[in-house]
Amino acid sequence: MPFRAGSVVSLRPETKPVPVPLLREITTLLAKDFRLEWRQKSALGGLLLYVGSTVFVCFLSFSLRGGTPPAPAWNALLWVILLFAAINAVAKGFMQESPGQRLYYYTLVRPQAIILAKMLYNALLLVAVALLGLFLYTVFLGNPIQDAPLFLANLLLGAVGFATTLTLVSGIAAKAGGNGATLMAVLGFPVMVPMLLLLIKVSKNALDGLDRSVSHQSLLTLLALNMLVGALSYVLFPYLWRG
Amino acid sequence: MSSAKIIGSVLGLVFTVLGVWGGQRLIEQRSSGWLWKALTVVLLVGGSAAGLLISVPPLPIVNESIRNLFFHVPMWFSMIMVLLVSVWYSIQYLRNPSARLDILAHESAKTGIVLGMLGLATGSLWAKFTWGAWWTPDPRLNGAAVAMLIYGAYLVLRGSFRDDQQRARVSAIYNIFAFAAVIPLLFILPRLSGPSLHPGQTGNPGFSQYDLDDTMRKLFYPVVIGWILFAFWLTQVSSRFAFLQFKHDEN
Repeated sequence: MPFRAGSVVSLRPETKPVPVPLLREITTLLAKDFRLEWRQKSALGGLLLYVGSTVFVCFLSFSLRGGTPPAPAWNALLWVILLFAAINAVAKGFMQESPGQRLYYYTLVRPQAIILAKMLYNALLLVAVALLGLFLYTVFLGNPIQDAPLFLANLLLGAVGFATTLTLVSGIAAKAGGNGATLMAVLGFPVMVPMLLLLIKVSKNALDGLDRSVSHQSLLTLLALNMLVGALSYVLFPYLWRG
Repeated sequence: MSSAKIIGSVLGLVFTVLGVWGGQRLIEQRSSGWLWKALTVVLLVGGSAAGLLISVPPLPIVNESIRNLFFHVPMWFSMIMVLLVSVWYSIQYLRNPSARLDILAHESAKTGIVLGMLGLATGSLWAKFTWGAWWTPDPRLNGAAVAMLIYGAYLVLRGSFRDDQQRARVSAIYNIFAFAAVIPLLFILPRLSGPSLHPGQTGNPGFSQYDLDDTMRKLFYPVVIGWILFAFWLTQVSSRFAFLQFKHDEN
């Protein structure tokens, strides 16, 4: 929202603010997020440690019964770990910003740029976390995947989907204040269930090495769902931001 | 897709839009509106009695439990209708904020929750006697559970604000977001997944496989209208109460 010059009596000749292109705003915000993340390495380290330790706990409990879990349990556990890691990763996005900081951004950039940059940043972060999680997971708990390309594509779609869905939810939870992470889980889970159902189904198909045509429709629905959620966030976020 | 199906879908859409528009008029009505309320009583009481008494086609497995069709299904229909009304109020709120619209959205959502609970209870009973379990991992049942979770989360979200305006705006955003991101999928996902026990799985949700002589259909539609009117009535009463409370708290 540009500064309204008309409301103040000004002696200087009125200068029109040059609109900055949306894309530039997004890249600047994205760079800012990455820089912040890099400076406070503790948050990133905590997230990686969270994924690593959950995988290790799974490994320890399954090693009691000799080796790797059966494929359905493998699949379910992987998605549970990724889901909770995603909620933890996205939750800090809006919550670590103080109200003063928000007001500052509000005067500088469009709200659409903020939500798009945040979604993009969360998507990149979650893709990295998902790939790393999968790597650790296969190292410790074996690799029953039969159709690796399909599984990876599904994993990436899932990470991006988690990011798009949870970004707006984290914005909502940050507004509520107080118990942010709990509220985010409560608000986020029901919205994510349809996505999770599709993801788990496709990933099961990839584990069993079923024909690709079986998963086509689900993948398309996932893609459509991602776009729908992204568009909804884009439309609704300015209202959230206005407060 | 046959032409009959297309006509059915278009009619369903027109009925839904009219229902949301008319529902808002009825909920916000200032006069007593005794005519439609009398109609609601007649339709609900008469429909329930007739639903228990008319002769139904004796079919394997469902047998007499098919009468639940006159209770279980209208509850879900009216739930969807009143939740649509709630979302529409939320959209209106974001465009033009007022405490009135927030109260209306909240009360409509609460009516939807009550009807959803009733629908879950009747559906669960029906499942126990026909499928042998209170709950099955069926896509449609999962969808119903998710819908209830969303509105539970909506209430939790509303409870976690101190500031009234903040609460109204943020909960309106969540209401729109959750409804638009999930409810359409409740109609799409069951069709994507394989065979299911729940009727109405492919194509229009219908009961043509049960209804042999069209007698049930003639009773079913009036009962649906009765339940939808009942949902609006309930919302009207509870929102009037909420308005009074709001006025009382203000002074």
